[in-house]
Amino acid sequence: MSESHVQEEGFLFQGAEARVYKKTLYGKQIIIKERFSKKYRHPVLDSHLTDQRLKSEVRAILKCSSCGIKTPVIYMVDFNSSKIYMEYIAESITIRDYIENFLKDGGNINELASLGRQMGKLIGSLHANGIIHGDLTTSNILIKSKESGCDLIPIDFGLSSLGRLPEDQGVDLYVLERAMLSTHLNSEKLFEELLDEYRLSFQGGLEALNKLSEVRMRGRKRTMVG
Amino acid sequence: MPIAIGFEGSANKIGVGIIRDGEVISNPRMTYITPPGLGFQPRDTAKHHRENVLSILKEALREANITPKEIDVVCFTKGPGMAAPLISVAVVARTLAQLWKKPLLGVNHCIGHIEMGRVVTKADNPTVLYVSGGNTQVIAYSENRYRIFGETIDLAVGNCLDRFARLLNLSNDPSPGYNIELLARNGKKFLELPYCVKGMDVSFSGLLSFIEERAASLLRKNEYTREDLCFSLQETIFAMLVEITERAMAHCGSKQVLVVGGVGCNIRLQQMLQIMAEERNASVCAMDERYCIDNGAMIAQAGLQMFTHGQRMDWNETFCTQRYRTDDVYVSWRD
Repeated sequence: MSESHVQEEGFLFQGAEARVYKKTLYGKQIIIKERFSKKYRHPVLDSHLTDQRLKSEVRAILKCSSCGIKTPVIYMVDFNSSKIYMEYIAESITIRDYIENFLKDGGNINELASLGRQMGKLIGSLHANGIIHGDLTTSNILIKSKESGCDLIPIDFGLSSLGRLPEDQGVDLYVLERAMLSTHLNSEKLFEELLDEYRLSFQGGLEALNKLSEVRMRGRKRTMVG
Repeated sequence: MPIAIGFEGSANKIGVGIIRDGEVISNPRMTYITPPGLGFQPRDTAKHHRENVLSILKEALREANITPKEIDVVCFTKGPGMAAPLISVAVVARTLAQLWKKPLLGVNHCIGHIEMGRVVTKADNPTVLYVSGGNTQVIAYSENRYRIFGETIDLAVGNCLDRFARLLNLSNDPSPGYNIELLARNGKKFLELPYCVKGMDVSFSGLLSFIEERAASLLRKNEYTREDLCFSLQETIFAMLVEITERAMAHCGSKQVLVVGGVGCNIRLQQMLQIMAEERNASVCAMDERYCIDNGAMIAQAGLQMFTHGQRMDWNETFCTQRYRTDDVYVSWRD
């Protein structure tokens, strides 16, 4: 990240495609997510992708809120500067940090079964409502505790699409599986719990799981030369 | 100082390399080149390897100026790769190990690239983009495994380029990808192609079918030149690769990226990675043939690491296999 952005007021962090700022608007804390142009890409491709991802993100978040899935509220979108102004979710951390903290405090990853089930339920309801996240990782779901239990809040919908194809749902799960197993050691059982609840909570779950095993086989069976 | 000899022949290159303490002392190789429009078939490739492996071995020993007696360990590619070529080389390595009475180690081909890249660039813990004819993976090390963060869910990037080259009837000499790269340098008009990134994974099959269906008619109507198509293809698929590499780097908090595999030789890909790295205050390890293009020394280097950390293989473990994933290997030589 370049110095100028670090110094800019409210700068939080720079992800792969966007800079995130925390600012105050009418006395409310908000997040500004600014997509920036990637210099390595051909300009035509770059502007196409930046626009498309901004739109996908807004579209999926609106769809979530119309289906009762908790996501950050969008206050404003500025297409010219590729910025989304959205709700700041106070006192939340990513599931990734949550798991890492839990392990640091001496917990065993298999004690997190109920978290896995809650994630499965969340993804089931995204898919049931025709939302494919496209970049499911434990960094892209926030966890916020409340009086009884906790809320899970999916974020980062830039790669999302709308649709109900089992193929897309299967790939969505595959992406999450890969991200989880490579990030959190020994999370196989946790992921199984997740899939179990996914299947129970989402009617088309079984079909998506069949696709998931097909997609896995594609990776395994692919001849690997060179 | 331990000395290792490595035999590589998992695809269309046959190579024998000798390594002494991380230093390449000889590394001859040959490539099986097929006529334009044709790929390399397992049977013919194996035949090519069988016919050339002994003369390459002699050359390797002569260039290194050592006798078999001085060698400490014989290493060969256990997989992944095409079965017939793998077997043709494994037979040689197994025979020599018995003749010379040396321990024999089967090495994962992908790990060979990575270990060679690490020793040449002295990069301690880079995020690795592994791109070749058969592999497309984004890899990072953690807790004794090279973990695959992202990969292709269908075609490998090199395979996609090779098939496109066949479509345009480009020469396979020195490699189809290189001839695409040369044409792409003169391309100007950008054709938008399907861009398919899913998290840290990519997919190329849709893009390939798209261009396979349209290439002939676009060229016939003079809407795009061959140069334009090569240019558009490179710009699109490399942007996908750089994007997932960057995402993995952001995910792992990595500040260094190493590109290995044949496609890593492409100057445009290196340039794009360089720009991406600069934008996030990271660095790209310099490209080098020693770890990009398949060769024997990289197999010797990974084998030497295993050997000096006490790994030995029973005779019945020294087989080869077409499917051997990078994350299947227990990496005993790193903390």
